[in-house]
Amino acid sequence: MARKTPLYEAHRALGARLVDFAGWEMPVQYTSVLSEHEAVRNAAGLFDVSHMGEVEFLGPGALESANGLISNDLGRIADGQAVYAGLLNHAGGFVDDVVAYRFSKERVLICVNASNRAKDFAWMREHAGSVKPTDRSDDYAQLAVQGPKAASIVQRLTPLALSDIATYHFAEAKVASVSCIVSRTGYTGEDGFELYCPPDQAVALWNTLLEAGGPDGLRPAGLGARDTLRTEMKYALYGNDIDDLRTPLEAGLGWVVKWDKGDFVGRAALEAQKKEGVTQKLVGFEMREPGIPRHGYALLAGGTRAGLVTSGTMGPSVKKAIGIGYLPPELSREGTAVDVEIRGRPVKAEVVKTPFWRRR
Amino acid sequence: MAENPKDLRYTKEHEWARRTGTTVVVGVTAHAQEALGDVVYVDLPKVGTVLSAGAPFGTVESTKAVSELFAPLNGKVVKVNQALADEPHLINQDPYGKGWLCEVEPAQPADLDALMDADAYATLLAATPA
Repeated sequence: MARKTPLYEAHRALGARLVDFAGWEMPVQYTSVLSEHEAVRNAAGLFDVSHMGEVEFLGPGALESANGLISNDLGRIADGQAVYAGLLNHAGGFVDDVVAYRFSKERVLICVNASNRAKDFAWMREHAGSVKPTDRSDDYAQLAVQGPKAASIVQRLTPLALSDIATYHFAEAKVASVSCIVSRTGYTGEDGFELYCPPDQAVALWNTLLEAGGPDGLRPAGLGARDTLRTEMKYALYGNDIDDLRTPLEAGLGWVVKWDKGDFVGRAALEAQKKEGVTQKLVGFEMREPGIPRHGYALLAGGTRAGLVTSGTMGPSVKKAIGIGYLPPELSREGTAVDVEIRGRPVKAEVVKTPFWRRR
Repeated sequence: MAENPKDLRYTKEHEWARRTGTTVVVGVTAHAQEALGDVVYVDLPKVGTVLSAGAPFGTVESTKAVSELFAPLNGKVVKVNQALADEPHLINQDPYGKGWLCEVEPAQPADLDALMDADAYATLLAATPA
């Protein structure tokens, strides 16, 4: 039986098409993926991402415990800042990709993917230092307001001065009279906020946001648009582009590994891989002939299999068929011609600079 | 949901076939386009391709998924809808009209009568989980 977020009935009332996603019954679209994608790029979209998990480290030593589990460095950011990071296994592969929030040295909250909630929590409990984490997933619902109009819409509903909240910063404040963690983060490539709130307040927050933002073009947006938006940014999707066997160095996420921070799980393996060099790199490519690359298709070079497509779609904003995939370093440079094997046929593509989309 | 035209024949793969003189025009149903979502790419056979009833002859892709097209009957492709290359969304907007896929010269014109009529297709849809 799939789990439901507090917004399940609201989604149904909006006529959403619901699908099972990581064991959750989630809206894939309300009207159409393309119109919701465009709403986020041109005005704003409202996403229910309450299926995401939250893990908390609390008490003296919280920061050190959390920091020993992730590749990025909570020690170099201030209270009220967040980092994107790898939660890595001993081989340097991704247990998950996460966002870690530093409230203080004694309170860190880590937001994890819905599909990995149980795995991550067990992993963190087993490998954490002196402060063991608590699974707070059931204490938070999460709404994402994303798009060029997001800030002006949210600003009308909160006393918090949003101009003081820079990207990857957050604060605790009331939004529509609901106590929230207001985080200037997202998964779309647009400006926007992720609002963590008590589950029993989620419907009120959702409805107030839709009402306040409606005249600005705010629309509910589903997982379908979330996927096309993130693909245009080459943001990794766990289970598609990264997994337990892929490291940040292979995934083009070397920037989330801070070598000067001291030890963390996976560090030794990454150091060895850095020294030897990676054999595969995650790159973006555009189709040069008609066809759409999809997860699992082969990438060919000179007629032989050279790599693997991990994500692909028709990019609604870039108006091109685009893909993400692993290729050997010698084939990963911009301008390299490769083929995507689509239903047994080689179809021309070219490695390009990413992200595919840049905010207007 | 849109009404399925009475003058068409239907397959369990949610395609329709319309007799036009000696040929048969093929498309996907309103139910199919609704289930697919925004169509962003269509891969159709070339003119002259021989279709075998029930075998895949092309694909329709939405933002999220790839769906195969299955030939409703044996025959030869005599025309394909070129407009879909630039406007695949026509399948969503007008599945029984401008969103047609291809025109086929049937090997046995009577094969068309073996497909479901609109009432039988409506019964099939009613039994399909939403």
